[in-house]
Amino acid sequence: MKKTSNSFCRIIAAIILLHAFSGLAAGLKVGDAMPDLAGFKLDGKLPDSLAGKVVVIDFWASWCGPCKESFPAMNELQKKYSDKGLVIIAVNEDEEASDMKDFLKDNPANFTVVRDAGQKLVAVAGIGTMPSSFVFGPDGKIKFTHAGFHGAETRKQYVQEIESLLTK
Amino acid sequence: MKTRTFRVGCLLLLGGAMFLSAGCGTVQPWQRKTLADYTMRADRDPLTDGFYDHIFFSREMASGGKGVGGGGCGCN
Repeated sequence: MKKTSNSFCRIIAAIILLHAFSGLAAGLKVGDAMPDLAGFKLDGKLPDSLAGKVVVIDFWASWCGPCKESFPAMNELQKKYSDKGLVIIAVNEDEEASDMKDFLKDNPANFTVVRDAGQKLVAVAGIGTMPSSFVFGPDGKIKFTHAGFHGAETRKQYVQEIESLLTK
Repeated sequence: MKTRTFRVGCLLLLGGAMFLSAGCGTVQPWQRKTLADYTMRADRDPLTDGFYDHIFFSREMASGGKGVGGGGCGCN
């Protein structure tokens, strides 16, 4: 009888654990392949081809202070490395398109901006903070990830990472 | 009989816990527009901050307040 009780308790413990972890999303990590962006119905025009390019996918929103701070750095990276094969795709996560448009009026972007209206892509990416970005190598796999934007420090990391990937 | 009661109890407890926890949710980082609003900041109003500060350092003055000792009378 004791044995039966023990196994019963184990089954219940397993169910509780499963239930507890069911809400955790796996998310993208270093080494993962780029999701098929075309399948997420993003608003805005994506670049025609990303094959062989170094791609930065950055998740941002208009209400996020560090995102605003990252825009000048992204503009600078785009200007400096786009000819060498860098593509920056900023994925907006605002619930209202007007919030994004107002933000872009004040903070113009010279890189690709698309809107993830259904917040599906960001859910797949499973980010833990805003902004978050993923740096993909020419092979289409994630080489580096960034959580948050910490001013000059993050900018410097981007430069190092992008240069290391472009010279490969 | 005892085991059966135990099992039924466990199942009821588990069912109840699962039912209640289904209402819990995590606000994802990309859903924090409202939470990121200026009005959600604890230090949004300088006047209220001043009042709270005065109450704090008056009430806690006997134990040093905000670095300066006193009688705790709140009369300053």
